[in-house]
Formats: sequence, C-alpha cells, structure tokens
Amino acid sequence: MIVIVDYGAGNIQSVKFAFERLGVDAVLTSDVEVIKKADKVIFPGVGRAESAMVKLKATGLDKLIPALKQPVLGVCLGMQLMCKHTAEDNINGLDIFPLEVKEFPKTLKVPQIGWNQISELKTDLLKDVKEDSFVYFVHSFYVPDNSFSIASTNYGMKYSSAIKKDNFYATQFHPEKSGSIGEQILKNFLAI
Amino acid sequence: MLTKRIVPCLDIKNGRTVKGVNFVNLRDAGDPVDLAEIYSKNGADELVFLDISATEERRRTLVDLVKRVAQRINIPFTVGGGISSVSDVDRLLKSGADKVSINSSAVKRPELINELSAAFGAQCVVVAIDAKQIDGEWIVHLVGGKVPTELNLFDWAKEAQDRGAGEILFTSMNNDGTKDGFANEALARLSNNLHIPIIASGGAGTMQHFADTFIDGKADAALAASVFHFKEIEIADLKAELKKQGIAVRI
Repeated sequence: MIVIVDYGAGNIQSVKFAFERLGVDAVLTSDVEVIKKADKVIFPGVGRAESAMVKLKATGLDKLIPALKQPVLGVCLGMQLMCKHTAEDNINGLDIFPLEVKEFPKTLKVPQIGWNQISELKTDLLKDVKEDSFVYFVHSFYVPDNSFSIASTNYGMKYSSAIKKDNFYATQFHPEKSGSIGEQILKNFLAI
Repeated sequence: MLTKRIVPCLDIKNGRTVKGVNFVNLRDAGDPVDLAEIYSKNGADELVFLDISATEERRRTLVDLVKRVAQRINIPFTVGGGISSVSDVDRLLKSGADKVSINSSAVKRPELINELSAAFGAQCVVVAIDAKQIDGEWIVHLVGGKVPTELNLFDWAKEAQDRGAGEILFTSMNNDGTKDGFANEALARLSNNLHIPIIASGGAGTMQHFADTFIDGKADAALAASVFHFKEIEIADLKAELKKQGIAVRI
C-alpha cells in the first residue's frame, strides 16, 4: 500500500491523481498506524513551513516520519521539512538530513516558478532519467549542494534538487507535475 | 537553466470552453479537459483556466472541472474567476489546482492577498491585473477592463507583491486582441521593479511577439489564447523559434 501523508498542507490531491495515472490507488491519511504499515510513504507539501510543522507536531507525525523504515519520498516543502532547520519562519525540521534550508536571494526572481533542469543524477530514484531533464519547480527556499545530493539544479547558483539518505528520498521539484519525466521518477520510487 | 514559460489560457463558461477553437481530431472542442490534454502534450508549460460564467452554479462546476483536469494532465495549472475567499481557494487546491488567480476581489479587498499567502503560500497566489494606458499613465481596470480604478499599475503590482503574491499576470487592455505584440515597456518596468515572476498577457499575434516579450519585456512567462486556439501558432514551432533566438525553453 502507498500512503500519502495528509497533514492538511496544500495540494496533495494532485499527488494522488499522479499515482492514479500510473494505476496505483494511493491512500491519503494522517493515521499513524496506517502510515506505519504502508509499503511506501509520500511526504508531500505545499505551503508554509511553520504551519506545516505545527500540524505535524499536533498529530505526532513529527516523531513517526523520521522513524519510518520503508521508502519515504518527500516532495517540495516535504523535502525542506526533512532537513534540520529552515530559514522559512526560522524553524527546526524533522532532522532526517543534517542540512540547512536557505532562502534564495532577492536578486533572483523569487519564488523560482517553472521548468528547470536536473543534473548529476544518482540512485534508482532517477534511473532512466536523462541528465539535464526538465522538471517543474515552485519554491523560494533551497537546500545548498551537499553530500546527500542525488540531483542538482542551477538557479543563480548550483543547489541540491534531490537528496537521499538510507530509506529517505526527497525532491525539491514536483514529480507529480513534471510531465513524463515526473511519471518516470514516481514509477522508479514505486519500484524501490 | 530556468526556462521561459508558454501558457495557453482557456476561457470557461459553465464548465465549457467559450472562445471558438479550431482543432482537428478533437471530438469535443468545447471540453476544456480534452483541450488541456492536447496543449499539455504539445509542449505547453502551464495552463490557465479563467471562469467567466456568472451563475450560482459556478462554484460546483468549477470544482468539478478542476478535478477532471487534475486527473488527466500532469503539468501545472492555474484557476481564476470569481475567487474571493480563503475557503474558495481551499476547495480549488484540494480539488487539484496548483495556483489561483485573483483580480477584482484583490482590488476590492487587498487583505485577501495576505490571507491567501499566509494560508497556502505565495507560490499559489497569482494576482492578475488588467490595465490601460491613459494619457501616459497605466490605470488598473476591473470587470474585464471596463471599469477604471484609482490605482496605478506599478503601485498596485508592488503592493500585491508586498502583500504576498507569488506572481503577477499583467494584461494590457491596449494590446489585448490587437495581435500587435505585448506591452513590453510596461512589462520590463514591472519586471525591474519586482522580484516575483511576471506573466505577460495581451497582444500575441506572431512568434516574434513572444521572443520580444521575453527579451525586451523581460517577462518570465507569456500567456495567449486565440493564437493557440485557432492554431495560428503551434507551441512546438514557437519553442523551436525561441530556442533559435537564444531564449531558454523546455523542449
């Protein structure tokens, strides 16, 4: 069973629809027991860091998610919340990755909205995805290049657009909105 | 490299596309979902659905449409038209929309921008501005450009950004429908004044107009309706031409 963590943050319906297009019926839930038993867990997120963390703490998901042993895929804000600390609202995240999330300088257009390329691709999550493929991004905060990086992107500087540690994967871009490339990435996650 | 976006816009009334469309091999040109799928396959980077119906039924049909679009297409889309509250937006985002566009409701009650940005994040709040240049000054208009306000385009766009808008969709009423090109001077000034992305709208007639609005107008995205609906410009050809001129596009 594929579970999408529903903690009231943003547009998670499109993640469910993306799996439906792949013929997979993913379950939206905030139930700790259901999430524990899932084969794979998606940790999505669009919205504000602080309100998301408040909701995670209220439901005990802040303790559960870092303890999961099955493959977990964080998306966008989900990826940022899996880090140690984010400049957005200056709050601590789930600390799965010992990384700092920074804010894009306002010398760039912020948020970065649109299609950008991913390079230096690693791991099974990005298998059969060509170097420099285009995927869809919407974000104002970013994870600087680091040793957990499995994809990098240029926007004013090189930064990390996907990361992996043990069973935890995360992408800054939205695979569910990234056309056929995104579908490939979701298929890869299902196959892990 | 972040690419410039090509954004077809679909006008919707009671769940159907209204502007005449000219697609062969399309069973039902009035079905926005079928059209959306074709644009998505042909290389559109994003889609905008603008609901121009004014009935009580609007909310239900729009939510239903958003769900059907989100089920079928795998690129981002924005929904606009008659959105005036946090609960309106909540319903649309939960149905699968990525962003919403607000226009008159933000002019009437600017706090709406703050409320939406706080609740859902700046990235899903597009503030659409219709403006007309009168005696050298760009004046914001409402009701599809019919009713002038006291607001100046540049001041209002800056205020929208400061209140938490994630993008500005600027339609020049002087250019809209003319097919003479986008309002690049005003667009470039917006782009220089603000740090959020600017979507150019109104005036697209040729492929060169798109190139001009990305280079001279410094736009981050360009929106058009009839040139795409009537197949005067194919998105694939447009992107090939833009690439030839050194503009970053997703191909």
